[in-house]
This record gives sequence, C-alpha cells and structure tokens, in this order.
Amino acid sequence: MADHITLQLARYRPEAEVEPSFQEYEVPCREDWVVLDGLNYVKDQLDGTLSYRWSCRMGICGSCGMTVNGEPKLTCATFLADYAPGPVRVEPLRNFPVIRDLVVELGDFMRKLTVVKPWIVRQVEQPLSEGEYRQTPAQMDQYHQFSMCINCMLCYAACPVYGLDPHFIGPAAIALAQRYNLDSRDHGAAERDDILAQHEGIWSCTFVGDCTRVCPQNVDPAGAIQRYKVKAATEWLKGFFLPRGA
Amino acid sequence: MARRPIEPLLWLLFSAGGMLAALLIPILLVLFGLAFPLGWLSPPSHAHLVAVLGHPVVRVGLFLLCTLSLFHWAHRFRYTLYDGLQIKHLNELINPLCYGGAIVGSVAAGYLLWRIP
Amino acid sequence: MNQPPPYRAFHPRWYRPRMSTWWWLKRRSHVAFILRELSSIFVAWFVIFFLLLVAAVSRGEIAYWEFLSWAARPGTLLLNLVSLSFIVFHAVTWFNLTPQALVVRLRGRRVPGPLIAASNYAAWVLLSALVAWLVLGG
Repeated sequence: MADHITLQLARYRPEAEVEPSFQEYEVPCREDWVVLDGLNYVKDQLDGTLSYRWSCRMGICGSCGMTVNGEPKLTCATFLADYAPGPVRVEPLRNFPVIRDLVVELGDFMRKLTVVKPWIVRQVEQPLSEGEYRQTPAQMDQYHQFSMCINCMLCYAACPVYGLDPHFIGPAAIALAQRYNLDSRDHGAAERDDILAQHEGIWSCTFVGDCTRVCPQNVDPAGAIQRYKVKAATEWLKGFFLPRGA
Repeated sequence: MARRPIEPLLWLLFSAGGMLAALLIPILLVLFGLAFPLGWLSPPSHAHLVAVLGHPVVRVGLFLLCTLSLFHWAHRFRYTLYDGLQIKHLNELINPLCYGGAIVGSVAAGYLLWRIP
Repeated sequence: MNQPPPYRAFHPRWYRPRMSTWWWLKRRSHVAFILRELSSIFVAWFVIFFLLLVAAVSRGEIAYWEFLSWAARPGTLLLNLVSLSFIVFHAVTWFNLTPQALVVRLRGRRVPGPLIAASNYAAWVLLSALVAWLVLGG
C-alpha cells in the first residue's frame, strides 16, 4: 500500500477571491486513517490556514460532513485507504452557502429544525404526583429509528430538491417531526401538520431517496416522508368522508 | 381549517395511478402493443374483444385505470418540470396544463368506454 | 414557513453556486431518478394508445384490424417497445419502494420490507395472468 495519498482540498478565501479553487497536499496514508486525520495533518504540518469543522471524530456529533469525491460523507468515518491511490477530492457540503474553505453556513438548517416543534407537545400535562410518562419497548420502537439523527446534514447535501429550492423543509426536519408524531407521549401531530402540509413541506419531496442512502445512522428520512404523505392522505380522506366524525 | 388542502388528494391520485399502472399496463402493452401486432399470439376476434371490453365491470376497471394513470402522469410530470427544467415559477401555467390535461383525457376515456357496443 | 431562508440577496462573502439544468447527469442515482420520473410520459402514451384501440373496436371489425396493422408499423412498434421498457422500470422501482412508504405492523412486529415488495410482485403476476386469460378468450 502506498504510504502517501494526495488530497485535493477546496479553498475559498472570500477576502481574496470570488470563486473556490483547489489546492493539493500530500498526506500519509495509514491503514487506520480517515479523511479527517488527513485534514488534521494538513492543518498541523502543512498549511495552518485551512478551515474546517470537526469535533468528536467518531461519528456521533455530526460536525465533519463534507463532499468526498462527489459524495456527502462524514470525514471521520471515511477511510483514506479506500481511495488509494487517490487523489481524494474534498469539498464543502453541497447545497449550503460556503463561508470559507470547507465550512458551510448552517443557519437555514438550524432554523428548520426548530420550526417542526421538536419537543413533546401535550394537550394536558400530567401532574408531578402521577410520576413519569411510561412507555413500553414496543411504543419506543415506533419512533426509535427517527430519534437516531445526529444532525449531520448529509441528507440535505444529497437532496436535489433542497438544492433546487432552499424553501423545502428537508429530510432531517421531517424525520424529526415524525420522531415526535410517533411518540406515544406526544399530542402535537396536528400542530406539526400545519407546517409540514404546506407546499414546501412534505409535498415538495419527489422520493429521490438519496437522503436515506447517505444517512450514516440509518434514520431513513425518505421513509419518514413517504409515511407522512400516506398519513396526510388518509387524514384527508377521513376529513372528506367523515367531516364531523373524524 | 379554512381551505381544505388539495395536495393530499393529488398525491393520492398519483399513488393509486402509479400502482394500477405498474400492475396492469405491462401486460396490456405486451399483448396489444407487441404480441398481437407482431403475430406472436393470435389476436382475439373482434366479437370476443367487444364482449370483454363491453362488460360493465371491465368498463369501470378500464376507466379507473385510464383516469388514475393520467393523474399519475400529471402529478409526476409537473414535478419533473419543476425539478428538471427548474421552471417552478411557471407553476400557474404548468398546473392547469397537467391536471387539466388529465381531466380532459379522463372525460375522453369515459366517453369512449361508454360508447363500446 | 413561507419566509425565505435567511440568506441575504447579495451577500459579498458566501459562495453560492447555482444548480445547473443538468444537475441530474452528475450522479448515477439521479439519472435513474429522472428516468423513473420520465416514465410517466409513457404511461400517458399507453392511455392514448389504449383509447385508440377502444375507439377502433367500437367502430367495427375492419377498424379493429386496421388498428392492429397500424400498431405493427415499425414506428409504433418502436414507441411501444420503448414505452414497455420505461413502464417495467416504473413498476420495478415502484414495488421496491413501497415498503419504505407502507410500514405494516402485525402483533407489534414490523412486517419485513422484502415481504411487502414480494406481495406486490405476486399481485403483478396474478393480475397479468388474469388479464391475459380474459383477453385471449378465457
């Protein structure tokens, strides 16, 4: 195995240029190194001006999402040796504005997460004297998959609909809404419907399915969205045929 | 809610149309588009076809197939124009053309199926 | 929700590339997606073709045989062959994706996805057999 590999890193310095360019760096290619290790090597030894986000380096914080050879990936979970002999092209996450080098602007995503009311909504709060809300394992199983999201935004980078129309609320936000809708403790489905049933909500999705493909946590946001569509359609039918009884 | 949203209905028609189209169109296209014209299978007699197509259950079934398939096309094509050609801003033109076309086709289907002797 | 994303129109610093009209050519999964979506055009063509058949049958025996001759012309045959390929592609992708949209729970356990897809394929075979039997003179 070659002991070095070339990284082609996107550089964008807004104070000096109007468009990104690429810069090449030779980094060691150790068997257990990931792309993030390569970036850290560049920052420590070769070029301290490189800007990028990272934190836990173990696939749980969701900070290090970037585009590696055209695919959205967590750089801490992508092994350099898999790309040997290289080169490995690292660009910022797609569909988000680039602030600098490999750093993107997250504001739209963060706002959309809050818009779906990601908390337990109760019609009546249980008094403290009655103790905690109880939930069987089967009840938790209903929403557990959708609670695994680490907010890494790879799904937004993969979604062509979001790329074409930034108004689209997006896969992770809808999966998050489903996480609460399917929670037995929650009564907020109707409130979330008002937001998600709009045109930039679930209906913009055309089930490309790339969001599920790139998700590092198997959340299956595409499935969440389609299930929401089915539910919205059945609610519509109920409202049409049983206007008062529904 | 002040105005009942129409998107769930359109999606429901799209879904039903997609399922029916997937289940029924391949065999019909193989038979009437390839096998009979090419003579791989001898085509049914005119009288037999009139009898089959004229049966009330078959007429209704075919009407559902044609109508829902057209609405499936309308919904999917509308979104293909939005995403493929990026002309979402022309939605006030695209939506009537697509769904209007489906309605016109459905009326034609109803009329033609009713007119079978 | 109708407020636009918080990006100011002429921000001097952020780099925001526009998505090209050919965005879908850049990834295999997107090419497959667009082809799947274009299959709807051939679904609409089938409806037209079938209604022409119905009209011909209604007009009489001669019109019916003339329709079959027209269907045998190379142009029509090619169109129908291409249509069949697209519609089969639509059917396969549709049946494979159904388990993601329809989660069925029996006695608390989730029915496995492949089973739901398999039942779609079984229905496809059964219905096709039924239609063929009806048409061929059962």
